[in-house]
Amino acid sequence: MSAATLAGLIGAALVGLGLYGLITNPQPLRKILAFNLIGSGVFLLFGIIARKGAAAGFVADPVPQAMVITGIVVAFSASALAIALVLRLFQETGRVTLRPDASAGPPANGADT
Amino acid sequence: MHVTALAFAATAGGFLLVLAIVLPVAGILLSLVLGGRHAERIALVLMPAGVGIAIAIAVLLWRSGKPLVYGLGGLPPPLGIALRADGFSAVMLVTAAMVISAAGFFARANFGTPQGVTEARAPLAFWILLQAVWAALNIVFLGCDLFNLYVALELLTFAAVPLVCLDGRPETLAAALRYLLFALFGSVFYLLGAALLYGAYGTLDIVLLAARIHAEPAVWVAVGLMTAGLLAKTALFPLHLWLPPAHANAPAAGSAVLSALVVKASFFLIVRLWFNVLPTLPHETASAILAALGSAAILFGSVLALRQERLKLLIAYSTVAQIGYLFLMFPLAAGVHPWAADAWSGGLLQTLSHAFAKAAMFLAAGLIAESLGHDRIADLRGVGPAMPMTVFAFGLGGLSLMGLPPSSGFAAKWLLLKASVEAGQWPWAVVMLAGGLLAGGYIYRVLAPALSSEAVHLKAPPQRSREGVALVLALVAVLLGFAPPAFFEFLQIGRVAAIGGLP
Amino acid sequence: MTEAAIGSGVTGVLLIGAAARLRGVEKAAADEQPSEPQRFWASVLCVLVTLALAGVVLSLPDPAPTLAPEAAQKLAGTGLGNPITAVLIAFRSFDTMLEKVVLVLAVVGVLSLAPDRYWGGAPGAPRAARPESTLAFLAQLLPPFGILIGIHIFWVGADEPGGAFQGGAILAAMWMITMMARLTEAPPVSSIWLRLALIAGPAVFLATGVAGVAMASGFFAYPAGFAKPLILFIEVFMTLSIAVTLPMLVAGPPRRLPRR
Repeated sequence: MSAATLAGLIGAALVGLGLYGLITNPQPLRKILAFNLIGSGVFLLFGIIARKGAAAGFVADPVPQAMVITGIVVAFSASALAIALVLRLFQETGRVTLRPDASAGPPANGADT
Repeated sequence: MHVTALAFAATAGGFLLVLAIVLPVAGILLSLVLGGRHAERIALVLMPAGVGIAIAIAVLLWRSGKPLVYGLGGLPPPLGIALRADGFSAVMLVTAAMVISAAGFFARANFGTPQGVTEARAPLAFWILLQAVWAALNIVFLGCDLFNLYVALELLTFAAVPLVCLDGRPETLAAALRYLLFALFGSVFYLLGAALLYGAYGTLDIVLLAARIHAEPAVWVAVGLMTAGLLAKTALFPLHLWLPPAHANAPAAGSAVLSALVVKASFFLIVRLWFNVLPTLPHETASAILAALGSAAILFGSVLALRQERLKLLIAYSTVAQIGYLFLMFPLAAGVHPWAADAWSGGLLQTLSHAFAKAAMFLAAGLIAESLGHDRIADLRGVGPAMPMTVFAFGLGGLSLMGLPPSSGFAAKWLLLKASVEAGQWPWAVVMLAGGLLAGGYIYRVLAPALSSEAVHLKAPPQRSREGVALVLALVAVLLGFAPPAFFEFLQIGRVAAIGGLP
Repeated sequence: MTEAAIGSGVTGVLLIGAAARLRGVEKAAADEQPSEPQRFWASVLCVLVTLALAGVVLSLPDPAPTLAPEAAQKLAGTGLGNPITAVLIAFRSFDTMLEKVVLVLAVVGVLSLAPDRYWGGAPGAPRAARPESTLAFLAQLLPPFGILIGIHIFWVGADEPGGAFQGGAILAAMWMITMMARLTEAPPVSSIWLRLALIAGPAVFLATGVAGVAMASGFFAYPAGFAKPLILFIEVFMTLSIAVTLPMLVAGPPRRLPRR
């Protein structure tokens, strides 16, 4: 089994683990972490696809590599937006839950009403 | 290589495709830099211009009878990126431009920068987010490269989620967070599938993939993952949990755009995937599963809509139900059967009809909520005589949802019914009829008290112009029902026949 | 790959920062935890997904279909030596331009989460009067080198591994360190310079792309022989935008009243 295939299998495992975390963890912050885990798995898979596409004197196919760079930046900004939402929700309600029927509680920081 | 030469020769008017994307993007950047009141002005100038561009694209497409293509950077796929407009793209472009312009003009009263202030948070954010939704939609409708479409999906998510929680209330923040998490799940699995397709075929261009693809496990896994992700974004049962709170609690103009257009974008991509990339592969089981989920959505969503106490939540659950109709198209429009063209037209017309009708209903509900100070259905008595234009617009939209003539909803459902009967696939017909009855039920729940002649106290009468906007959208939903046969021929432009058809 | 390392590092900063502020609230209520049957089916689903993916990975064609030869062919026309930069800014420039717009939207989304009264104020913590601590020491030591390294990596990216993203990310990291150490503070969101810096990358990219109609063969095409200088020109502004956007995403929405 080549290094590329091993990395690909690790990527597959990361996706599976991340998906499990995304589905079963009720806390939003953990879900965001799980989403990043899935993302890492996807980028790893892109990476081995790039490596397998080595040709014409290049060490790897440049197109998937470019997609990884773009994807990493986009994934980071998605995490930033999600975390900003979590923190604001915490400011407004004093707790962090996705249950839609959780009523608005007193704000954690009184000055931020 | 002949595929490349034929399919990517830039057609006349291809530059319009680029313009349709460049215009809203320029609007976003200018709005952020100039800020304040200018954001609103820029948006309200560019959006009608966008309607013009969309109509021009449709006219050119009609004249040529073949999809419009443009290869960006002068480099054809697979290394470069192409834009492509077919019949479905063109009608969606026009619909998006019209609904977004309507939402923009409606929202001037809610999101105008107050006097004496250079800039306020919600107005600036709203106008930028609205233009971003528009830009993302245009890229989705015109894109021909799966990675380009991934970037468009992310842009759409980042624009739509903050719209939900623009007012900062805790319920909207929670709804927005939930929406974002579902949407991110969708994007990452879409990207995963695209990665597998590139690994197998070395290209992400839709036309090239269609030529190279053959039935192998990698393809089924990839398409399965991408479809699952896109279903989450389209809120098809059972991945619909995020939609009702998000669409119900957004500002009225936001809800209109979200229900009418944003959920249709991911549906558009599922259609692209299944009908443009995969048509040569056998997929009866998978199509049947999609239609079964759609049926569950119709029944589940309609029953839940019947039980809602708030008007906006009822309309949101109605969206969950109406999205189900769209998926009935999958088993019916596949293949070279005589009923496939009808099913295709029916599915597309349902997309358009729901867009206009739902947008009208959300705008009308917004006006009702503003004038009454609440949107409890139980206390809607007497609203009809007090705000006749608004309730009329709501009613016309409801007509389309129920599938009653004369409306485009009726025409769309009629086409789908006809196709399912001809195809011998009776279950879908039964579900559609049941859905129509249930829709009648929840529309009646709203109109019955609204049309009673009790006195009602309005905090402020609605502005005529805003009522007019809702009414115009509802009228379009009705008028589309009178579309001539030429319109249905237009919808077929670029549609790939099942066996060996080059677009 | 630099970008992957930077990406996970900065995401780590975000997550750790958030976890710190949410300390103590993270214990979810018992009724929110998924039940045993739900966990079981979730794990079945995830195992299936992993197996399916593993199967696909093992069955990927060998030799793999690749665009490397075509990229190598077209590389000479751009005058660049780094094929990834060529893909990002020459061959698939439309994608990269749109991705910069996605970044702008992310910032707008994050900033829009502020309470109304803070609009026009600045995000993050204010500059400390007398910054002390090891972090402050590091933040005074590292940035001069970091800035030089960042600029260098951006510049050589045309021909060797590197480029606007990597260089910009390093510059962003330097600014973030100084912000965390409270040696500098984030600019107020109403600042015109901030806004210009945020849109500079996509705006220059868009303008050059549109000008391609007049100067070259079409939208987002480069004039023959003049490609490399134009690409570097675009990359300068892209680096600036990335360097400003990433820290603003970490800093979050404005948390102070605007200064009058």
